Amino acid sequence: MKLVELQEKLMAVARANPPSDRVPPTFEKRVMALISGRPVYDLWAAWAKGLWFAAAPCVAVMLLFSAWAFFLPPAQNSASVDLAQQLDSTLLAAVDQNNTDSTW
Amino acid sequence: MERTEAELIAAVLKGDAASFEPLIERYSPRVFATARRYARRESEIEDIVQEVWLKAYQKLKSFRGEAPFEHWLMRLAVRTCYDFLRSHQRNRESAFSDLSEPEDDWLERFIHQPGAARDDAEAARQLVQRVLQQLSPPARLVITLLEIEDRSVKEISKLTGWSVPLVKVRAFRARAEMRKILAKIVKEKYL
Repeated sequence: MKLVELQEKLMAVARANPPSDRVPPTFEKRVMALISGRPVYDLWAAWAKGLWFAAAPCVAVMLLFSAWAFFLPPAQNSASVDLAQQLDSTLLAAVDQNNTDSTW
Repeated sequence: MERTEAELIAAVLKGDAASFEPLIERYSPRVFATARRYARRESEIEDIVQEVWLKAYQKLKSFRGEAPFEHWLMRLAVRTCYDFLRSHQRNRESAFSDLSEPEDDWLERFIHQPGAARDDAEAARQLVQRVLQQLSPPARLVITLLEIEDRSVKEISKLTGWSVPLVKVRAFRARAEMRKILAKIVKEKYL
């Protein structure tokens, strides 16, 4: 038996029997109820909502860092002076050494 | 006076959701007929059509009005049916040995006297459904559109979003897949 013939026959059967286009009663009412019950998706509104939610944590982080910077002890300042002095003495160490030698 | 399709769509886009209802009434028969080609249970068919309309409502802004609304809607319907097939593809495995008696008789009649097997027989319809159910989702979609609905490759490409060469490749594979399934039926029955 030729499979191609059987295939063609089955396709002819399918073409000869199109499916029904019957619509269940009040189907459109059901879809409309779903549509009206579902919130409309608005891209801008979604962005605005996301940004608004993100604003509070951003403000909190900003306040935290401000407070940290404000209440930080002035030790940071002296540390920078110390660093400068240490750099000075390191760079000028050779000159100081020469001066000492010449005295002798 | 009955409003035109363009007027209804414009009204929906302006926020009048009620204007969508006449569109559902007008095109639901087409969408139901399409969904019935891919699903058998009425509950599944209704779910598919409902999803098509919800998508249509949500994506209506993307309808530019260059082609008829029906074409745009049918693209959505075909793609939703394809998604349905892919999500239910596990259900397609079943043995052919459980062909019903009328299906068995019809097949036997066709094998001995091909001309005597009627096209409108219920058994033939069931056999077609059984064979289609065994196909992979892309094969079933392409066989339905190309062989049963008699659409061109270009039309299928527009409906599915696949390129023309991809439709041709899938059609070739689908026919081979179908012949393999038919060979299996005949082998199980006669060997």
